[in-house]
Amino acid sequence: MRELSLHILDIAENGITAGATCIHILVDEARSGNLLTLKIEDNGRGMPTDKLEKLKDPFVTSRTTRRVGLGLPLLAAAAERCDGSIDVKTKPDIGTEVLATFAYNHIDRAPIGDMASTITTLILGNPKVDFVYTHIIDGNDFILDTRELREDPDDLLLSDPMVIYHLTQSIRERLSNLATNQT
Amino acid sequence: MAKLTIDDLKKIKEQTSKATSLRHGDANVKVTVHMGTCGIAAGAREVMNALMEEMAEADRQDIRVVASGCMGMCSSEPNVTIERQDGEPIVYQHMDSNRMRQVFKRHVLLGEVQTDFALAKM
Repeated sequence: MRELSLHILDIAENGITAGATCIHILVDEARSGNLLTLKIEDNGRGMPTDKLEKLKDPFVTSRTTRRVGLGLPLLAAAAERCDGSIDVKTKPDIGTEVLATFAYNHIDRAPIGDMASTITTLILGNPKVDFVYTHIIDGNDFILDTRELREDPDDLLLSDPMVIYHLTQSIRERLSNLATNQT
Repeated sequence: MAKLTIDDLKKIKEQTSKATSLRHGDANVKVTVHMGTCGIAAGAREVMNALMEEMAEADRQDIRVVASGCMGMCSSEPNVTIERQDGEPIVYQHMDSNRMRQVFKRHVLLGEVQTDFALAKM
């Protein structure tokens, strides 16, 4: 994976596959503290504990389409080579929380990449799932909560390609403002 | 705190020159972008971006886009499946943004299967 935003897309899709109806995504860039935190929380069916122990083993997976599962092992490897770590908490029928930390200035840390595309790809591809996206840069935050953007559960505003296109531009603009500290 | 609200989204909608009516009824075309770890690593998000842009340009009300997981054919990722009501579902392989644009313009809009990029009929 070339960008951390692709890892986020991947882990979030796992949550959706696990039957989640709402996914919380947090990106916290504490540049002054040299710490990057990613958190992806879903309310899906959770993982069995025996799977959790073998999380970093790519040959353990609950899928049936093929015998390897690389999503979490790849994220774990990405975090660990940047002096970071990964922590996964899971409860049956409550959901799963994936927390990954990175040394922000580590030379091997992949760029965060295009978060706006990740978020709108998730929104467009999964119209029945809600997303709460929080991006913090040095304490200033940006929040996108699709639950607030839908007036009623059947609101189709977020499946309109025109709206999605402009939403992507809008998120990109907000994030670049956040990075340059003009909120 | 910077928050994107429903008003912002409505403004976004108003900014778009074309009237975007809400979608009703059945979809005539379903476009599935396979987004497993393999697909994402191979560039499925870029394919999805191209698809979003083409959708916004075409402004058609009867096309549905769905993200799905890996279908087990990781070596041919990114894969995209096109299901038109008047034809068999076609899986395309090794997609990129240019291929996606061509498949959208030819197959999704006009019904011409792009056999050069096709992996299989389902």
